[in-house]
Amino acid sequence: MVEILEGRKTQVFEKGKDGFEISCGKASVAGSVSQRACVFCGSRVVLYPIADALHLIHGPIGCASYTWDIRGSMSSGPELHRMSFSTDLRENEVIYGGEKKLRAALVELIDEYRPKAAFVYSTCIVGIIGDDVGAVCASVAAEKGIPVLPVNSEGFKGTKKDGYRAACEAVFKLTGRDNLTPVSKFSINILGDFNLAGETWIIKEYYRRMGIEVVSCITGDGRVDEISRSHRAALNVVQCSGSMTYLAKMMKDTYGIPFKRVSYFGIEDMSAALYDVASFFEDDEINAATGKLVYDEVSTLLPMLAEYRRDLEGRKAAIYVGGSFKAFSLVKALRHLGMATVVVGSQTGSEEDYNYLKEITDEGTIICDDTNPLELSRFILEKGADLLIGGVKERPIAYKMGIAFCDHNHERKEALAGFEGMRNFAREVHDSVMSPVWKYSPARIAARKGEDE
Amino acid sequence: MTDITVAPRAVPRPFASTRNACRLCAPLGACIVFRGVEGCIPLIHGSQGCSTYIRRYGISHFREPIDIASSNFTEASAIFGGRANLETAIENVTRQYSPKVIGITSTCLSETIGENVPMYLSEYKKTHADEGNADAARPELVYASTPSYRGSHMDGFHEAICSLVQTLVPRKMLDAGMLDATLPDADTLVPADRVKTCAIDSTVSTDSGMPARGVKTVDTDSSHSTDSGSRSRVNVISGFVSTEDLRELHDIMGSYDVPYTLLPDYSETLDGGSWSEYQKLPEGGTPVADIRKMGEAAGTLYLSRVVPKERDAGKWLESEHGVVLKSLYLPVGIEETDNFYRALEEVTGKKTPAKWTKIRGRLVDAYIDGHKYCAGKKAIVYGEEDFVCSMVSFLDEVGIAPVIVATGSPSPEFADRIKALLRNSKVACRIMDDADFATIVEAAKGLDADIAIGNSKGQYITRNLDVPLVRCGFPVHDRMGGQRILHLGYRGTLNLFDMICNALMQEKQDAAKSGYTYI
Repeated sequence: MVEILEGRKTQVFEKGKDGFEISCGKASVAGSVSQRACVFCGSRVVLYPIADALHLIHGPIGCASYTWDIRGSMSSGPELHRMSFSTDLRENEVIYGGEKKLRAALVELIDEYRPKAAFVYSTCIVGIIGDDVGAVCASVAAEKGIPVLPVNSEGFKGTKKDGYRAACEAVFKLTGRDNLTPVSKFSINILGDFNLAGETWIIKEYYRRMGIEVVSCITGDGRVDEISRSHRAALNVVQCSGSMTYLAKMMKDTYGIPFKRVSYFGIEDMSAALYDVASFFEDDEINAATGKLVYDEVSTLLPMLAEYRRDLEGRKAAIYVGGSFKAFSLVKALRHLGMATVVVGSQTGSEEDYNYLKEITDEGTIICDDTNPLELSRFILEKGADLLIGGVKERPIAYKMGIAFCDHNHERKEALAGFEGMRNFAREVHDSVMSPVWKYSPARIAARKGEDE
Repeated sequence: MTDITVAPRAVPRPFASTRNACRLCAPLGACIVFRGVEGCIPLIHGSQGCSTYIRRYGISHFREPIDIASSNFTEASAIFGGRANLETAIENVTRQYSPKVIGITSTCLSETIGENVPMYLSEYKKTHADEGNADAARPELVYASTPSYRGSHMDGFHEAICSLVQTLVPRKMLDAGMLDATLPDADTLVPADRVKTCAIDSTVSTDSGMPARGVKTVDTDSSHSTDSGSRSRVNVISGFVSTEDLRELHDIMGSYDVPYTLLPDYSETLDGGSWSEYQKLPEGGTPVADIRKMGEAAGTLYLSRVVPKERDAGKWLESEHGVVLKSLYLPVGIEETDNFYRALEEVTGKKTPAKWTKIRGRLVDAYIDGHKYCAGKKAIVYGEEDFVCSMVSFLDEVGIAPVIVATGSPSPEFADRIKALLRNSKVACRIMDDADFATIVEAAKGLDADIAIGNSKGQYITRNLDVPLVRCGFPVHDRMGGQRILHLGYRGTLNLFDMICNALMQEKQDAAKSGYTYI
């Protein structure tokens, strides 16, 4: 059996059996094959969808290569974000410094691609070779007349969460610059939705139907000019709380904009998000429109889900995702499909998040922080999961063990947010769980034998 | 005369920055090699992200679990050094995975702060040797220096091969009677410092203390290993090829009925069957025992001619162990595959089995059947230098003219290599090293290329230039079966030829107003 590494024992919890607080927010244990990434990764995924900005990665080539077009974030206009720009530091710059190359790269790329702003991501070695990225950015910004923002995302300086924070700090500098464009009093910013497979568009359409103006989306289908006036919205609506709460707090402190944390996954959370936002405005028309929207959507959706549920009733699911907020919604969404969650974990959850998970899950559920393939495969086996929800790195673990898989990570190509996203989710889970191919899986054959005996 | 516009670096690399890179970083190549050794787990000495990104990238191509551990640098390790993290990582990986080998790579971070990993490992081994009973359960530690700011993933690939060979192949000086002097008792473990006296070069491998079983292998085998006349073993170092290519190489080598070592061999570890229970480290890979025997071989076929001079496992085996080196391009196309079989015949002293010459016959037949679909067609070829060289040689022999030939690494020899391989084409060809995809697209504008050939990243070319893409090489992560594409040998060439002809035929079919039922 797989042993849980000594340093990780308080990061794995079984409901009904263990009594301790789950520890989290720790650096990964050396030598464990963590499913997490680094600070840079956190910054890169959050800022990436801003489509009319230049994203320049300052460092050796790898970090840019591995993140070229990494997210399924769509844009309704410019697609500069899909280019992978790197200063591609070589030995020479490592020895003599990379500032000169950084400056040349910024100038040439701004001249060529005319972005509305530029982000410069620092990778591991930048601080070590002593580049003053801030000074280069400031001087190029003055020369070119656009914001050039350093992102302090050296990979080793914390966890992915610190990367979120660095991204929020950078994007915050774009706010507060446009005080002229008119903004409705019924207006919000969508924070923490990344327009994967067009999800932001689905959500934006709901708000439009409610009579609410979306001033900016940070960062899905994001635009620099919209972010410039985002400080004048009445409310910040924060999804993916792990990555964007920090920005919401900064905007609250600086501009006095209140914020609400929501989730757009599943029926309850999606409906609650819309009702929460509507109730904030205390407007009869908005309230009425919201009630109608939710009623219409849910009454179309439920009969469809019932069909999927017939087949899925009683199946068991394991969830391992980046942010724990998503995990909450998934636990609830799976219940609508008749599925119980037997394993649930995240890369970056907080103590509060894990306590909430303890509340909403059933007895015997394993809750884990920052797990690894060996643990995950063991939990799946022990708990007899039929489905794993995760990202590309988790996919082969599920498939090799002969269980179904649903991609709920930032590379997904199916929209899973909103009411129609719930339908897509049910379909995807159903398609995978009910596939005839599992019949041939040696692991499933072994499991069937075990059940017969 | 061939009219070739050669503009290495100058077609042009107009930007200081790199836009849509055509290469990956060195640790990725090293990790692929380490996953191709039996019971070996890669361990990246650096930030968590390096291992995660490389895993994710590899998984998207191979569609298999790829476990790569990390020493998980923190801010403190970057300031005070990562030694403690590395040691903890080795302990934890050993406990969780029970590996036979841990393949350690460096990163830009660990190299920049000046980590002396060979020294750490040497002292680590000493400590554990002193503990006694550091028995066979202790994994071998192999270290590849792979600073990501130098070269590309291919440099990491060759570096890892060199480290494996230099660390695991027993020292030849032991053959020459050193054994008695260093070994008081063949059954006790040789302390690392004793073995160090036998070390040959000053790099990493100086610290590779061999446990007794390694030394004993030398003891029993050395009697005949020095006699080159009796050597029958063959080493095949594969280059960065697909899992299907590796299986093809096994097929070929198996048919010669000689003992051989294929290094690396991720044919099973990165493309295995479905499991009945979770495997910590999937079965397969080059057995460590086979790597140890590489010094006893008659010859090495190294399927790459772009190996960093200082870290060339083939040259090292030749100079230290008298193993004849045959440096070859990847056997793609008739010319290069003929070269491969010729080398194989020379090393084994055996004739090529009829099985392969028959496939060659079918390949020639296919070339003739399909030559008109290829005639006058213009291709964009990009990727690793080895891959591109072999592909250009193949395209040239079927009458397709490469018009853009690009590789992502800086390589002063690239243009000359390509010129030498273009034996027939009379069409101007732009040759670019240190290229990126944005530059490739800009250079290709107006050239009316008919086809692009290379990895999935060429999707960017097809989107911008409306040119069909034949996907091969690494990575292929937007199609099924990318890891199983066969490129090598006569059979692989047949496969590529069919794929390319079919792509060209489909273009013609789709473009024709009425469509053609027969083409």
